[in-house]
Amino acid sequence: MRIVVDLNRCEGYAQCAFLAPDVFVMHGQEALMYDPGPGEERSEQVLRAAAACPVQAITVEGEVLSDVR
Amino acid sequence: MSAETALRDFRRRGRVVVVGASLAGLRGAEALRAGGFTGSLTVVGDEAREPYDRPPLSKQVLLGRTAADATTLPRRHGLDVRWRLGVAATGLNLAERRVSLADGDEIEYDRLLIATGARARPWFREAEAALDGVFVLRTADDAAWLNRRLAAGPRRVLVVGAGFTGSEIASACRERGLEVTVVERGPAPLVGALGGVVGAVAARLQRAHGVDLRCGVTVTSLEGDAAGRLRRAHLSDGSTLDAEVAVVGLGAVRNTEWLAGSGLAAGPRGVACDAGCRAFDVHGIVTDDVFVAGDVARSPHPLFGYQFLSLEHWGNAVEQAEIAAHNMISSGLARRPHLWVPAFWSAQFGINIKSIGVPPMGEEIVVTQGALEEDRFVVTYGFQGRVIAAVAFDQARWIDFYRRLIESAAPFPPDFPNVDRRAGGTRPVPADFPDPSLPSHGPTVTLSGYSPSERRLQFTPARA
Ligand SMILES: Cc1cc2nc3c(=O)[nH]c(=O)nc-3n(C[C@H](O)[C@H](O)[C@H](O)COP(=O)(O)OP(=O)(O)OC[C@H]3O[C@@H](n4cnc5c(N)ncnc54)[C@H](O)[C@@H]3O)c2cc1C
Ligand code: SF4
Repeated sequence: MRIVVDLNRCEGYAQCAFLAPDVFVMHGQEALMYDPGPGEERSEQVLRAAAACPVQAITVEGEVLSDVR
Repeated sequence: MSAETALRDFRRRGRVVVVGASLAGLRGAEALRAGGFTGSLTVVGDEAREPYDRPPLSKQVLLGRTAADATTLPRRHGLDVRWRLGVAATGLNLAERRVSLADGDEIEYDRLLIATGARARPWFREAEAALDGVFVLRTADDAAWLNRRLAAGPRRVLVVGAGFTGSEIASACRERGLEVTVVERGPAPLVGALGGVVGAVAARLQRAHGVDLRCGVTVTSLEGDAAGRLRRAHLSDGSTLDAEVAVVGLGAVRNTEWLAGSGLAAGPRGVACDAGCRAFDVHGIVTDDVFVAGDVARSPHPLFGYQFLSLEHWGNAVEQAEIAAHNMISSGLARRPHLWVPAFWSAQFGINIKSIGVPPMGEEIVVTQGALEEDRFVVTYGFQGRVIAAVAFDQARWIDFYRRLIESAAPFPPDFPNVDRRAGGTRPVPADFPDPSLPSHGPTVTLSGYSPSERRLQFTPARA
């Protein structure tokens, strides 16, 4: 699957790293380094992480991308 | 046909061509569909790959954690686009509304979105740039080659230029245990983008992580052996440096050559457009069917004295593409201005760097949170008595607060009670940017146009 994180929005809360540790890894205190192409077997984890992100920074393939304001 | 009917008709069965199939091109195409455009939509890109994300290329990818071809951007389900990948646009005919392609094809449009971004500035001597071991980093292929070379364990890597990309590359090299020398013409890393005060912190970080950082020095030539492999570099201080790999991080060049002679206001600094993303022609008259977004665009921003900003920022490509798409399918008062406050991030040496506003406009700087020595702080930049920018090291969650200060032109130095200001950091000092008229590859924001502070570039009429 394909994901992208808007790292302008990300505030380094690390909820994603807690819920999907194979995909989202904190680098130092708050820099997020994630796997942009995790295997399908991780999709449940990834979706849970995306939903838990307090600033909705994680976009997963197939979800509505641009919230048209 | 009234303008409203024409617009409705265009939205239903018009023809849109997007040139540039990367972040801005993809997000623009998606926003057109999301906004209800049902006509034909063609996206032309000279790279053979589907749109992919670049920021990981100098981070996860160079650490060997992510494959260079694994950063493909996610897309909306069922995005209805005719992709023309692996073929470059070579010309634009404004009068006949036609884009010509390298394979001889021509595509007609009713509205055009230009999103051709930028490319890495190559090493200035072609023969030296062609040496085996000399790299730039802009595309997924660049990252794949460089990563392979780093994995082979070169004895020393030379990074030419300590802007963001160069600094991130140096960081990745150190994390891989490689010896790395960074050669920077300015007095410190990141100095063009963040100024000397923060630059000094960046310099200390690099050295603390074992980077052999040499500032105030330039690389004058690269030398290869008989087999055409890079062997050493010659520096302006007379020294030489043995290195098997050199990465040239001398900034980016806008991809506007294909627009030469088209009649658009396009040049090395990008394509000029209004705040509604509509391109200007060479006479400074705004077009109504050609739009621009992303790294290739430069547009005026009221918060920053209506100067033209060229932003090499991920977030700008996203926001501007969405505004451009909206305006392409809207008319008159329904159109929106691109008033996004510039923002970007960088991750290097384990630190999360975030910037908001336009630091290079800053005259003075004050530490508003934390302390420079602790590598955890926020500095605020002031311009003519108001807050113009802020930069945070490992303090990401504060950036939004500072964005609001910038948007409301809050007074500088800021005076708020609830932040952990400490002794020593409270007095503004000069932000210490290098003279903007000197050549620099550091800044990711370039200002041009009207400026009350005379921080402007010279007007050079283009030969048509
Ligand atoms: C290594 C690296 C790290 C980065 N890290 C960060 C970061 O940490 N934070 C941040 O905010 N930003 C970062 N950026 C910047 C960010 O990636 C860019 O701002 C963003 O890619 C701009 O998107 P764009 O679509 O406008 O342009 P581009 O991504 O440059 O895409 C333009 C596309 O158009 C194509 N093209 C060019 N000419 C033609 C033509 N004539 N015909 C057809 N196609 C053409 C190009 O090949 C390219 O595919 C980084 C960039 C790089 C290279
Ligand atoms: S949960 Fe969201 S804000 Fe927190 S680190 Fe992950 S992406 Fe960033």
